[in-house]
Amino acid sequence: MNPVDWFNNFSDWLTDKVFYSVEIGETSLPLIVVWLVIAGLFFTIWLGFMQVKGPKISVDLVRGKYSKPEDRGEVTHFQALATAVSGTVGLGNIAGVAVAISLGGPGATFWMICAGLLGMATKMAECMLGVKYRNHHEDGSVSGGPMYYLTKGLSEKGLGGLGKVLAVLFSIFMIGGAVGGGNMFQSNQATAQIVAVTGGEGSFLGENGWIIGLIFAILVGAVIIGGIKSIARVTEKVVPFMAVLYLTACIIVLLWNITSLPAAIGEIFAGAFTGEGIAGGVVGALIVGFQRAAFSNEAGLGSASVAHSAVKTEEPATEGFVAMLEPFIDTVVICTMTALTIIITGVWDDPDVAELGGVDLTSRSFETVLPWFPVVLAVAVVLFAFSTMLSWSYYGMKATGYMFGDSTLAENVFKVIFLIFTVIGSAAALEKVINFSDSAIFLMSIPNIIGLYILARVIRKEINGYYDRVQSGEIKYAEEKV
Amino acid sequence: METVVVGVDNSDTSTHAVEFAVDRAQKNDWKVCLVHVIPWTPYSFQTPMENEHRHEQKEHEIKAAHDQIMVPMAEIAEQGGVPHEEVIIHGKPSDTMLDLAKERHAVHLIVGRIGDSGLREAIFGSVASRLVQHAEIPVTVVP
Repeated sequence: MNPVDWFNNFSDWLTDKVFYSVEIGETSLPLIVVWLVIAGLFFTIWLGFMQVKGPKISVDLVRGKYSKPEDRGEVTHFQALATAVSGTVGLGNIAGVAVAISLGGPGATFWMICAGLLGMATKMAECMLGVKYRNHHEDGSVSGGPMYYLTKGLSEKGLGGLGKVLAVLFSIFMIGGAVGGGNMFQSNQATAQIVAVTGGEGSFLGENGWIIGLIFAILVGAVIIGGIKSIARVTEKVVPFMAVLYLTACIIVLLWNITSLPAAIGEIFAGAFTGEGIAGGVVGALIVGFQRAAFSNEAGLGSASVAHSAVKTEEPATEGFVAMLEPFIDTVVICTMTALTIIITGVWDDPDVAELGGVDLTSRSFETVLPWFPVVLAVAVVLFAFSTMLSWSYYGMKATGYMFGDSTLAENVFKVIFLIFTVIGSAAALEKVINFSDSAIFLMSIPNIIGLYILARVIRKEINGYYDRVQSGEIKYAEEKV
Repeated sequence: METVVVGVDNSDTSTHAVEFAVDRAQKNDWKVCLVHVIPWTPYSFQTPMENEHRHEQKEHEIKAAHDQIMVPMAEIAEQGGVPHEEVIIHGKPSDTMLDLAKERHAVHLIVGRIGDSGLREAIFGSVASRLVQHAEIPVTVVP
């Protein structure tokens, strides 16, 4: 059995277990999606609709209005947010949205936006905990994330044993998520787009996609094994510009079709509540919307908590407020732009949309306006994929480090496995890759959200306490001091 | 006692600036505030690995600036027998020096004409010219 066949079988088996579904009418409802939605709803209510009340505080924090002068030179809220966002914004925003619309119709967009708004509360909770329970090492570096708050937070509640079990489970799942959604899915869809702009299916690269995967693996390997940090640094600096370029391209497509914009928005609302012409109707659109939104913004999965916990702050709540902006940027802004582009150009209604799926669909919608736009998309996709792969390899390494006491051998084994899957991802079929990626990533939400519920009181005390102190004027803008 | 703020870095003109400042300080009975600003912005894009180790990196930058820049510059003030203060801080060099001058109620700002970041200055203009444009107190640029 070659590695791709082996992977396909494993993917089928895992998907079957993780996406255990109950039948509602003609639609099957995966319980794991319900699990994420309920968490979003719970924390929205539990924290008193902080995503409505809190954005001003979030923006002030990002702008450094509360930053102390003595913290100059440390990791700022802006930097922590930017790093986390660059790990989150990836092919989920481009290809994942296309998958959602090809399966769930325009209405899926509405539910994606809802999921993004609910996800703000979950993200806030998990990133606050990441800072509160992070480890400070002797050299001044910090490690945070669900594995630490599950261990330390639950032990404070007298549930140390359970905390350890959940932390180890989380670490295993995060390694899976790193290999799947953070790696294979990225390399799969980046390969698809490169093939599309270099001659399509029948071309040399079309037949030998693994070559592109191998190049990705070599570049990622140069950073994570070879320690060539300059590649990572350059990527981090270029990605924000690519994001702007991508959004600009979307806006051009929208302006080109501006007269159809009201109709496109109408289709989103109509599809969301009538589910016409979609397998599974409204529920189908809802499930696929929530699922793809969660995959894209990672709220409830705990991954971003690792990146956010590096911030310099004495108030864990501050990073909660800042992290809340992440699902907003990722889902409410970027995913919605992709969705509108696909809907307004009408490509989602093409007869071959089911086989197309993913990034090819987004690319086609770009092509309707300017024939060379897919090349711009290819450049953006490759950079997004690469930066997301670097971020997730880091998450995977932190999980490995947690489980094996920062053993260099274990981390190196992880790195090699990660790179092998980069290549497999480029050669495997989208359906299998996306199923495996979803399974691995969604598994993270099980131990993570159990932890969030157990620590719900701690979360509310920190977040609402901070909010109250800002409102009462006890916490003021920092004075400009040198 | 009034204060003169002197921007210092790794360049030769910085040495000239400090010598000039010490000379003026002796004559005017000024205190010399030596400041080195490590270029830094709160709005940069960084890798997760860089963020994790940022604190160590910051300490390392401050120590290097102290040993390589501040010690030799302070030595000049020491020899000139004028009271002096040493400040090493992260930020945008021109803005940070202006803020510091304001906070210390400085009467004068002194900098070298050419700093140690050649290419960046060639593109974005030098710290000296920014100070001249924006300062509310006299600025002396030393060649």
